[in-house]
Amino acid sequence: MTQTPQLNTAGGRSTDLPPAASAQLNGSTFFRYLSFKVISAAVSLLIIMVIGFVIFNLMPANPVVALTRGRPTSPQQMAVLRQQLHLDQPVFERFFSFVSSTIHGDLGHSWQYNQSVSSLIGERIGPTLLLTLTAAFFSVLLGLWVGVRSGWKEGSVFDRINSSIALTLWSVPTFWLGLILLVGFSVGFGPFHGIFPPGGMSTPGFSGNEFQKAIDVAHHLFLPCLTLVLVVYAQYSSIMRSSIIDEKGSPYLLTARAKGLRDNDVRRKHAVPSALLPTITLIFLQLGGVIGGAIAVETVYSWPGLGYLTYEALQIPDLPLLEGTFMVFSVAVILTNLLADLLYRYLDPRVRAQ
Amino acid sequence: MTLDPTLSTAKVLADYPIRKGFWRKLLAIPTAIFGLLILGVVTLLALTAPLYIGPAQLDVTQVSGPLLSPPGSGFPLGTDQAGRSILFLLIWGARTSLTIGVMATVLTMLLGSSIGLVAGHYQGLIGQGLMHVTNWFIALPSLPLAIALSAVLGQGVVSITIAIAVTSWTGTARLIRAQTLSVGARPFIERERALGASDLQIILRQILPNVMPLILVSSTLTVASAILSESTLTFLGLGDPTGVSWGTMLNQAVVQGSVTAGAWWYFLPPGFAILIVVLGFTLTGRAIGAVLNPRMATDL
Repeated sequence: MTQTPQLNTAGGRSTDLPPAASAQLNGSTFFRYLSFKVISAAVSLLIIMVIGFVIFNLMPANPVVALTRGRPTSPQQMAVLRQQLHLDQPVFERFFSFVSSTIHGDLGHSWQYNQSVSSLIGERIGPTLLLTLTAAFFSVLLGLWVGVRSGWKEGSVFDRINSSIALTLWSVPTFWLGLILLVGFSVGFGPFHGIFPPGGMSTPGFSGNEFQKAIDVAHHLFLPCLTLVLVVYAQYSSIMRSSIIDEKGSPYLLTARAKGLRDNDVRRKHAVPSALLPTITLIFLQLGGVIGGAIAVETVYSWPGLGYLTYEALQIPDLPLLEGTFMVFSVAVILTNLLADLLYRYLDPRVRAQ
Repeated sequence: MTLDPTLSTAKVLADYPIRKGFWRKLLAIPTAIFGLLILGVVTLLALTAPLYIGPAQLDVTQVSGPLLSPPGSGFPLGTDQAGRSILFLLIWGARTSLTIGVMATVLTMLLGSSIGLVAGHYQGLIGQGLMHVTNWFIALPSLPLAIALSAVLGQGVVSITIAIAVTSWTGTARLIRAQTLSVGARPFIERERALGASDLQIILRQILPNVMPLILVSSTLTVASAILSESTLTFLGLGDPTGVSWGTMLNQAVVQGSVTAGAWWYFLPPGFAILIVVLGFTLTGRAIGAVLNPRMATDL
């Protein structure tokens, strides 16, 4: 919310190019668009909180029993716990105190770690960002490249092979692909020895300078990242493929050809830039899928991120911790969707002109 | 499936009821034959399993096979760490995985189609409100939501089924709504209205039959993704620990250390089974879609 003025100036700068009067007009419509998008994102946030509250605070039949399971507890202690968890208050009051503490970053207390959920999430968010952003980067590169190639020559051998690979990778459970790569390249089978570490983010007791440490982390990152890229790139390539196919019939490509441009130049300089526009937005909207993949992949490789934290919380089940990770994942998706909307508006002059 | 919700609304089926020649056209597509064959064989195996697999062969305390042994005589796919035949577990697991996949799909379709039909037919406040709810649900990350739901509902088949349905109805609702809108604008609906048909009659007798082919395609594809979600949720430990499904087999293989011991015969078969069944449903669904509407043959 506090970013609003900053973003607005950035948007204002981008519309400096047209004459002053129309720039002002654009600026105000952009501001209206921005505030509409920010407000709907805020509404989504509120709805996420309602859903989180219903799932984690209303649906469990008796949190006190779940909390004290396996431990002898007197009725007095139960009553104190009920009070501590605010279970004795009306639902609306509980909801409002839940919203206010969530907004202040207080996500409750983990049963399993006996530590605040927000500090746990703070510790684990770095590795998840490293994994998902690296994987997203490489899958976008690979996906766009493959998508352009197969869309441009629709029905070619390359296109057919790629479609089959994409369909197969879509049909494979992410965690199982991770297991295969884990056994193939880390555990080793038969006479082959693994060349990658089986899990974690760094070698325990590893010492060396910063550069060597970075190499060690990259060594651990390789397999989880590869798994995620393989699962995610196919979606990007199919989006880019259909986008390129849509652009292929456009008159401006005929013009480019009529100018005598070679096929390569028509593709690279004319078709790809306009096909990228809708693709970029859709790539941002796919983030939910990347998060889902990250949970499975982190579990297989014990990558110390939010996904693995979710898995650990599930084994208890540690409801406050699960609630915290659910909130973080949902907020991440809402923020990227907002970013996608703004980016689309910024990148596509046709939308800006409306 | 719901790769790009913004685009999929555009790929609405034209008004093609299932008519004569459907099977002939469907069986002219090689991938459709392949998909239907897979589904037929797997369904047959799953249905006939109780004839040759008794409870004793799946009970950890009653089996007498060698522990975690590679494929050999008597055990064509080897055994697990309790000495059970992997082949029998695999066939028995098909029952659970298919049941959850189909049940979750039925729930998804009921939820998605009714919301889509209502939102498409009543275009006023109700329709807009329902579409807002749908869009909010689309924005939610589905796996974390499914995990949260089934964690709270407790381990087991029922909670997984509910969690899958709650997280996957949105795509169907949008598709069905778009189709309902296009059918609703056609003259014969106006004729029905002029003849005094009620809203319920119009929805059930006129719109539903025209939306049915789309529901059929969408269900086939939803079973595929439901089976994938089931395996993921079960693998993460949300399944029924005493039951046998492909997801629990993979979960056990990892939890009991068979994967790190290099027991490839334990964790490869369930994954291939999932891959093959999901491919079967996806290929069949795409082929049905292509027959019902040739325009969307290339990219559903």
